[in-house]
Formats: sequence, C-alpha cells, structure tokens
Amino acid sequence: MAQILSPLPGTFYRSASPDQPPYKADGDAVSAGDVIGLIEVMKSFHEVRAETAGTNIRFIADNEDPIMAGAPIADLD
Amino acid sequence: MLKKLLVANRGEIAVRIIRAAQDLGIATVAVYSAADAESLHVQLADEAVNIGPPAAKKSYLNVEAILKAASDTGCDSVHPGYGFLAENAAFSDAVTGAGLVFVGPSGDAIRMMGDKVSARSAAAAAGVPVVPGSAGRVEGLKAGHEVLTATGFPVMIKAAAGGGGRGIRIANSLAEFEQAFPQAEAEALAAFGDGGLYMEKVIGKARHIEVQVLADGSDAIHCYERECSLQRRRQKVWEEAPSRALSDRLREDLCASAVALAKAVKYSGAGTVEYLYDDEADRFYFIEMNTRIQVEHPVTEAITGIDLVAEMLRIAGGEKLRIRQGDVSVKGHAIEVRLNAEDPAKEFAPFPGQVAELRIPGGPGVRFDSMLYQGYQVPPFYDSLLAKLIVHAETREAAIVRLIRALNELKIGGLKTTKPLFLALAADPAVRAGDVHTRWLEGWLIENAAALAG
Repeated sequence: MAQILSPLPGTFYRSASPDQPPYKADGDAVSAGDVIGLIEVMKSFHEVRAETAGTNIRFIADNEDPIMAGAPIADLD
Repeated sequence: MLKKLLVANRGEIAVRIIRAAQDLGIATVAVYSAADAESLHVQLADEAVNIGPPAAKKSYLNVEAILKAASDTGCDSVHPGYGFLAENAAFSDAVTGAGLVFVGPSGDAIRMMGDKVSARSAAAAAGVPVVPGSAGRVEGLKAGHEVLTATGFPVMIKAAAGGGGRGIRIANSLAEFEQAFPQAEAEALAAFGDGGLYMEKVIGKARHIEVQVLADGSDAIHCYERECSLQRRRQKVWEEAPSRALSDRLREDLCASAVALAKAVKYSGAGTVEYLYDDEADRFYFIEMNTRIQVEHPVTEAITGIDLVAEMLRIAGGEKLRIRQGDVSVKGHAIEVRLNAEDPAKEFAPFPGQVAELRIPGGPGVRFDSMLYQGYQVPPFYDSLLAKLIVHAETREAAIVRLIRALNELKIGGLKTTKPLFLALAADPAVRAGDVHTRWLEGWLIENAAALAG
C-alpha cells in the first residue's frame, strides 16, 4: 500500500470546482500522473497528482479540509 | 460616535481598523478563524471571538456567525475591511437589518456599483466620462453598427452577464465585427443563459488612476488621486500618489468627476472611483467604483494627512464630513509596495511559513502596516499580503530613494517575499521616470526573470 501525501499546506479539494464531480471516487483505479485533487494555497490552486499507479484509492482527507504539507491525502493499493 | 466595533476581517487591515477605532476611543471586537487564533488582530482587539474553521467560507464569509459574534459581545457597528464581505450588498443589508451600523455604504449603493452596466450608467448620468461605447445593451447587429461610430476599432464586445474576463471578444475591423458579433451573442447565451451584449472602445496603453472620495450621504469631497499602473495579473503591486502623469487642470477635472458621482449616488463613507488614463489622448475614462476602504489607502493618508479609516468611523457614527474640500492639500509624494508571501524567483509561487526573523524599517517618512511578528506562522488559507511598506518624501525621486533605504532595512526571515521585486523595480529607469502603463509590468517580468531568480 502507498500513501499520497500533500505537497503543500492549504485547503484540499476533491473536484475542479464545486459543480463538478470528484476527480476520483473511493475505490477508483489510478494511473501515475492522474490528478486526484487540488490544494488551494493563498488563493492559488495546485493540482495533486498520483506518483504511482494503483487499483484502489481511498481518501483520508475530506473535501475542503485544511491540510499541512506532508499530511496524507489518500491510501492507494 | 460608535461605541463598540466588530472588525469583520483579518490580517493587516483588521490591525489597521482596530488602531483607528482605539485612537477614537471605540472598543473593538476581533473575529477569527481557527487558523488565526494567534494572529495580531486577535491580540490587539479588546475582545476576540472564534467564528469557525480555517476555510473563509466557514468563517470570514459566514454572515450568521459574524452577526452572532456582534450580538453576543454587544457591538453597535461592523467594519468589513476589504475583500471577504466588504462589497457584499446582502451583508450590508443584514448588518443594518440586525440593528447595527455598517461602516460603509448602503446595500443599494453597493449593488448599483457592483453591476457593470448600472455603474456605467450612473457615471454617465453624473457627467463622468466613460469608455466610449454602448449606453446599455446592444440589441442586434444593426444597433451594433451605430455604436461603432463612437468606439472605432479595435472594439470590445462583452457579455452583459459576463465578468472576470469571460465573454469578451475584440474586433479590429468591420469584417471581424460582423463575424464576431453573432458568435458573441450565441456564446453569451450558451455560457450565461443571456445573449445580451455591450460594446466598449479598446483603450490601448493606459494608466490606472483612481480618486479617493469621502462622503456623508449628502456632501462629498475628494482626497486626490493614486496611480496604480504597476500590476501583475490585474493585482496592484506598487501604488503611489500623486500621479505624475496628470496636468493640474486634468487632475482637478478628474477629482471633480469623482465627487460628482459620489454626490449623485448619495454615497456614504470612503470610496474609490477608478479610471483609465490615456496619456496620448490626454483623456480619462471611468472604469468602476469600489465601495470599500482600499489596500492602498495609506499613500493618500501620507500626502493629505487625513486618517481615512478614522473618518469612515466618524461618518458611520453619524457625523457630517469634518473636512472641507479647501482644506485638503497634497504634500510631497508617497509610494506603497505590497510585500506578499510569494517567491518572485519561482513565478510568484505562494510561500506560507513561519517568520523566523523580523526587522521592521523605520525613521522619517516610513510606515509599515502589517500583522507580522517574530514567530508568527503565516497560514496558507488566505491571501498572501504580509505587509505594506509606505514611504513619503518631498519629491517622487526622494520617495524612491527612501523606498530603497527602507527595503534594505526590512528583513523577513524564514519566508520568501516580493521584496526583491521592489528593489529591482525601484532601480529600473522606466519606473524612475514614471513611464509605465497597466501592462508594462507583465513584459518587464518576462525580460527580467533571470535577474529575479538570482
């Protein structure tokens, strides 16, 4: 199992905008380089990408959670 | 006079408002999110109330929580600062509806100036020059042809329901116009559910010049202009007063037009009327009115000696304007630079973190408005403004020299800030000559990327 860690401190978002579906749902397969969420840092938005592929992503951080750099966002099998 | 003020903001502007209130003997209540418990505005206010989690939506934009805090602490008034709820008409209405004084204009005044077409109509009705274009919506291609006689080419076709740069097309010729107009109509309908369009002449090279006004609902005065042409991504980074581009005659016309607009809409409080100034044509055009105190207000305070935030509080407390137009005069030149937690060497990437060391500049003609202290942890949840450095001197040239001196005194350890940008700009011949326009900085940043990386 691998963990996806937040590269930045800020606010975590599961989707590109409030009226769009999440990038990934729990249980989805993920390829390396897939966008799995956004971090808002001081009003600028940064994509979070998976570094490795996996068959089953499970989010630890909720949408709009405040998050610190290095904190886990999701588990990946 | 107001007795107890809730400051519905954070950061340097909350500190600024608390100071003005305390100078007037008004008790202060800070509100804060869970991320701001240790912040300076919480330390300086007489009382402080936690209004929610870090996300602004759940705290600083949470009207219910803010009104509850005001009620629980016995406040009689609310100052919104800038950003967050400052230009939210419904918030102004809600504060007034709760029996409190909103330190700013009425909800109706905020609504009128917030709508691009109605603000433009109000300005035109008050005799303020607007960018040549349609009076309101343009109904069809034939009506569009008539507007072209006023605008010429290039012309901008904008969606009435658009905003933030969306729904804009530029046509350089009649052929392009006839092709673009129906496309813009269809696009606007698809994107906004409203195919309404309006048209404006494209002003090529222009300066951003704005006039500070103070008004009490019946009378209004101006406190002269500021020039804010140095912008990055439409964000001002360096502001100064007065503008060196204006002749005395044009300055009087410009300022008088701002007062005319404030009086026409029965404005109350501090406001800013923004214009584009076209150097070549020697003409100015209304863009919009901001119904709040602005980030760059200290440069006006430096050259006029007026405490704008204190005057806002006095007016909100029911006083008539104390200052007559004839009493407002300009002394010297002031410059403000915005020190943001951003790394200019890495395309201005945000840089939250802990202030490991802090050395604040001082001496004659130097003001430092900030919420920083040594050990302060800059949270990542809000905008990146850390501090405003304001310098004042007899002349513009002396102010730039003083700016360099003060920047060299300033040390913010542990963070990357925009300080290197301002040292480089202060040394640039075009900035020294004041020979800039609103798109100048974008080009300069590309040409000087290597110098900023060093």
